[in-house]
Amino acid sequence: MEWIQQLVNGISVGSIYALIALGYTMVYGIIKLINFAHGDVFMLGAFIGFFAITRWDVGFLPALIISMVLCAIIGVIIERVAYKRLRSATRIAALITAIGVSFLIEYTMIFFRGPGLETYPEVLPNTSIDVFGVSVSSKSILILIVTIILMILLQFIVHKTKIGKAMRAVSLDADAARLMGINVDNTISATFAIGSALAGAAGVIFGAYYTRIEPLMGVLPGLKAFIAAVLGGIGNIPGAMVGGLVLGVVETVVSAFGFSLWRDAAAFIILILILILKPSGLFGKNTREKV
Amino acid sequence: MLKVNNIDVFYGNIHALKDVSIEVNESEIVTLIGANGAGKSTLLKTLSGLLKPKSGTISYLSQQINGKQAQAIVKSGISHVPEGRRVFSNMTVEENLELGAYLRKDRDGIKKDIANVYDLFPILGERRKQQSGTLSGGEQQMLAMGRALMAKPKLLLLDEPSMGLAPLIVKQIFEIIQMVNQQGTTVLLVEQNANMALSIADRAYVIETGKIVLSGTAKELQESEQVKAAYLGAL
Repeated sequence: MEWIQQLVNGISVGSIYALIALGYTMVYGIIKLINFAHGDVFMLGAFIGFFAITRWDVGFLPALIISMVLCAIIGVIIERVAYKRLRSATRIAALITAIGVSFLIEYTMIFFRGPGLETYPEVLPNTSIDVFGVSVSSKSILILIVTIILMILLQFIVHKTKIGKAMRAVSLDADAARLMGINVDNTISATFAIGSALAGAAGVIFGAYYTRIEPLMGVLPGLKAFIAAVLGGIGNIPGAMVGGLVLGVVETVVSAFGFSLWRDAAAFIILILILILKPSGLFGKNTREKV
Repeated sequence: MLKVNNIDVFYGNIHALKDVSIEVNESEIVTLIGANGAGKSTLLKTLSGLLKPKSGTISYLSQQINGKQAQAIVKSGISHVPEGRRVFSNMTVEENLELGAYLRKDRDGIKKDIANVYDLFPILGERRKQQSGTLSGGEQQMLAMGRALMAKPKLLLLDEPSMGLAPLIVKQIFEIIQMVNQQGTTVLLVEQNANMALSIADRAYVIETGKIVLSGTAKELQESEQVKAAYLGAL
């Protein structure tokens, strides 16, 4: 029975990875850039949620939404200021810029408020719920529900709305998308907005779940979400979701076996294995082409 | 309708179009023929706003469009079917057509026009839910043309629709080009298959290494010794 609890914990952690991984994968899909500043947007999201809850005294859901909106704006600003002018630059130049933006966000945050920890107030009911005879924390369940709703929303946006179709078109063939009358710049901005909003949501969820946040908290989850995105096949949205969940469960299982010190290593071993065995990821893009 | 005046276009250091001037009148089929690398596709890309001319002007319906963004040009009624079809391979046939109507807001009209495209190309209707990357070359060409028509263009730019297709399919595609033209769309057709292109065109231009070297009615060019030798093969 304890296994089921561990599995639920794993899925909760995994859903946070998945939310961050979605931003990585969407941005990569559309401009082929690994946005290493993405983990820091997640951190900003956690702090925005924290301030909303403690200063403005709002609940979990309003904090989540405020954080998503502000992170979307931050994401667009990062794209417009740092990445837009590098569209035709080499990929390594853009990558280095992304790392630079990451450091800039982290240390600006430390400069203004110090590196100290902040403790999230209890915003989610923390009781044990009986699910089929297994006690599971209500927090885990709530987080899972919020994540699932966000993912369904994302699938809806990407597949059913005009901007979602434009995003897919641009990621498949930017010039052909231009010929349809699609404004490629705005579509890229929208992609950053959506990805960053999801990272912001992940930040608030992380804070509510683990309670402790600090300015460098985005580094490791950011890297792991990147691994999740690669695991699922970078550029592939369902892949990022599955990759995140798999990674979360694997980590929890490794901890449950008593190897908690190996937890982080497990993630990177997965990265190495996937790069050796199937570099295109579990759901690697199979662009069917016929000439 | 379309007037290109003395444009020069560069790809980096390569002078791809040199002092090119052409004209397309309303309801004509005009063809631009030339060998690989002569600058045909470059000209179309410049017309649709993917490339910017370094000098010269392009006027369309007495408005200057050189230097305008691609989406503004699509909005003004020029649709470009690019070389190699460039359909969105991971999306369905129907999604591709919907994207063709990206700038339109009339939902009912879009639905009607999708039905029209399926009338024009029945095979696309049969495959509406299929991913477009799985279509054959000819079907992809039809989809690319259908997608361009979804924008309700006044001027249709076609870049080598015959490329890599079996002669029978080419014939079918050219019949449809004529049909589209008869329904009121002006066509600028770029081709290597000079025979086919001249057989349906009203007027034609011949381009060689970035320069227009010949122009005239399609009939004149079909009979020109120079064109016969270089493009129509020994007949």
